[in-house]
Amino acid sequence: MTVLDLMSGFIVELRKAGLPVSLTENLDAMEAVKEIPIEDRQAFKYALAATLVKSNSHWRAFETIFEVYFSLRGPEHQIPGDMTDAEAELWREEQEMQQQGDGAAGSGGGMDSLTPEEIAQMLMKALMNGDQAMMRALARQSVQRFAGMEPGRPVGGTYYLYRTLRNLDLDNMLDKLMEANREQAAQELTKLEERLEKDEFESRIEQFKQEVEAEIRRRLVADRGAEAMAKTLRKPLPEDVEFMHANKEEMQSLKKALQPLTRKLAAKLARKRRHGRRGPLDFRSTVRHSLSYGGVPADPKFKYPRPSKPELMVVADISGSVAAFARFTLMLVYAIQGQFSKVRSFVFIDGIDEVTDYFKSNVDISDAIHRVNTEADVVWVDGHSDYGHAFEVFWERYGKGINPKTTILLLGDARNNYHAASSWVIKEMQKRGRHVYWLNPEPRSYWNTGDSIVGEYGSFTDGVYECRNLRQLEAFVEKLA
Amino acid sequence: MENRFESVEHVRDGLKKVHYLSDDGIAGVVFLAQRLGKPILVEGPAGTGKTQLAKSVAEMLNARLIRLQCYEGLDESKALYEWNYKKQLLRIQADKTSDSWSQVHEDIFSEEFLLTRPLLEAISSPDPVVLLIDEVDRVEIETEALLLEILSDYQVSIPELGTITAKQIPMVFLTSNNTRELSEALKRRCLFLHIDYPDMEREKEIVLTKVPDITQNLADQIARIVRSIRQLDLKKAPSVSETLDWARTLMLMGIENIDAQDAKDTLHILLKYQTDITKAAKELSVDK
Repeated sequence: MTVLDLMSGFIVELRKAGLPVSLTENLDAMEAVKEIPIEDRQAFKYALAATLVKSNSHWRAFETIFEVYFSLRGPEHQIPGDMTDAEAELWREEQEMQQQGDGAAGSGGGMDSLTPEEIAQMLMKALMNGDQAMMRALARQSVQRFAGMEPGRPVGGTYYLYRTLRNLDLDNMLDKLMEANREQAAQELTKLEERLEKDEFESRIEQFKQEVEAEIRRRLVADRGAEAMAKTLRKPLPEDVEFMHANKEEMQSLKKALQPLTRKLAAKLARKRRHGRRGPLDFRSTVRHSLSYGGVPADPKFKYPRPSKPELMVVADISGSVAAFARFTLMLVYAIQGQFSKVRSFVFIDGIDEVTDYFKSNVDISDAIHRVNTEADVVWVDGHSDYGHAFEVFWERYGKGINPKTTILLLGDARNNYHAASSWVIKEMQKRGRHVYWLNPEPRSYWNTGDSIVGEYGSFTDGVYECRNLRQLEAFVEKLA
Repeated sequence: MENRFESVEHVRDGLKKVHYLSDDGIAGVVFLAQRLGKPILVEGPAGTGKTQLAKSVAEMLNARLIRLQCYEGLDESKALYEWNYKKQLLRIQADKTSDSWSQVHEDIFSEEFLLTRPLLEAISSPDPVVLLIDEVDRVEIETEALLLEILSDYQVSIPELGTITAKQIPMVFLTSNNTRELSEALKRRCLFLHIDYPDMEREKEIVLTKVPDITQNLADQIARIVRSIRQLDLKKAPSVSETLDWARTLMLMGIENIDAQDAKDTLHILLKYQTDITKAAKELSVDK
């Protein structure tokens, strides 16, 4: 296969994964490839990335696809995983050392002669000393032995990873390493030193995990080909991950993506506010600038307008199914709270509670979210969503706080467990407040099915928006402020 | 083009000579930009050496650095060129009687009356230059359009004069703190380079290069502590320049071995928010 064929397949795959690769960028990449030899994997990767990936949040997706298409094709990745000479050499030495104690004659039987415990032992030693080459060799061997890979099975490799790591008992590895380290140290380690050692080991273990993952992918690609593999590995970009179905890892990447996003959003909103329209004439500045035209005020200058900021009330359902969505929206709203004159927040399941105090300016947002989840008094009877009751209580207790400047955001899937809807509250809110919006994390096609009554509530709001991912949430918030 | 880099290695060594420690990504992209004659858009958290990269490349190439600092309200008279009104007025008034109007008109729109601003200066310079367009995300999205012509064709069109084309292709760096999404048109014209916080080994190297007389041991400790702090969930993680400040402070205080107390006392150099400091202090000292 020529490089050109490879490249076009690669770029098609990038586009399928959601990266916007334009034609010019494609051409640039082809130019770049001419300058950098494909044999130099690292340089080649960076060259492609520089021309094709124009946003840091797309880097992960790019890396995965690159690995599948290029990293696994070099001569150094001969499959099935025979070791290179250097590695084999290392192996033998290592094995001999292991077996001297037992006096057993291990005659070049590779890893087959070792028990899982022995392998774990060797791994621990390698991690302890930060021995890169050994870690790599171990990763390969353990995948070969423990993953139990079956040819032709259409899986993404997560299961194999799990099997390999379980056999190596990696979960307890950190504790064991710390203990061994403590014994080895001449004197008592201070807390600080201990902490640093722990971080060091953690990063080594993480590195080992990545080696194992890469090895599994390598084998899968060899088995099923790059195209099929890339398809199974295809993951949504962080901004497209659905709140309601995100797994733990995706949550992490969402959280990471949220921070730069809020900064961007805040800057954009501030700018929009200032440039929205022109303010009154700035007399001083006009006269100053007229000097370059010989005293003729040819270029009138205007003051920045200062339109008033909206007040915001967020009322969020935090029952299990939509908790993640509520959390993200609250984080986003508080990260840009400078753009609103006042933010109040309320959370409910079947009871409702105000949580504004948790977010008082200098507190860490994730701490505040944690407190919302643990301390807020939101259960009234049975801890199943009851929108009707929550809204009634809200109206009774906090309804007076709504004034014509207030914008109200209602967050939830409106799955009311067939309780009374009490949609008159929403109607009253709309009468008294400036705007009422409903954000629903469910796909539009699910609305008003089963016990969802979003349509009934929606008819009294100024708009119901589908907010399944960060992209949609961002678009909404931008419109709001 | 002259002063071509031979290889990625060459770039890397060259940068090292001027005390800038690059990694594969940085050196690779600089090399490629030179080969393809394309601008580099450098993005990343504050204080990771984005601006320094441009300065160091200029130093390495022995080229003049021309810098355009972007800000809101930047316009073409500050970025590209401006007619020298006062001089033009003087010219018109000086000989009212002799010349015909068309002669004067020819005259006052000639290069003599043109004030060059950074972008025009960069492409009209006969010697090699490095152009740094700093914090490009601060200008409005409409102003970005000013840059497009120069970035793709290395030329500037002046209605009264015609098009001025570059005598040599300068190396162009644009930096962005990512406070807003740059336009597709701009991104498409550039190579993209994301500079993140360095890994531990590289950070240690940086400390060793930039802080004279520091011991291996101390540099190692510094790099490790900074890495641990960056793993925490902070408002603003310490940048490389803050790490260096911290290293210098510790040197001044004559500390050879950092213990928890020292770390706690000097944390305010690494971290700039009170909540972050409290959090880091808690994590580093009393933790478990």
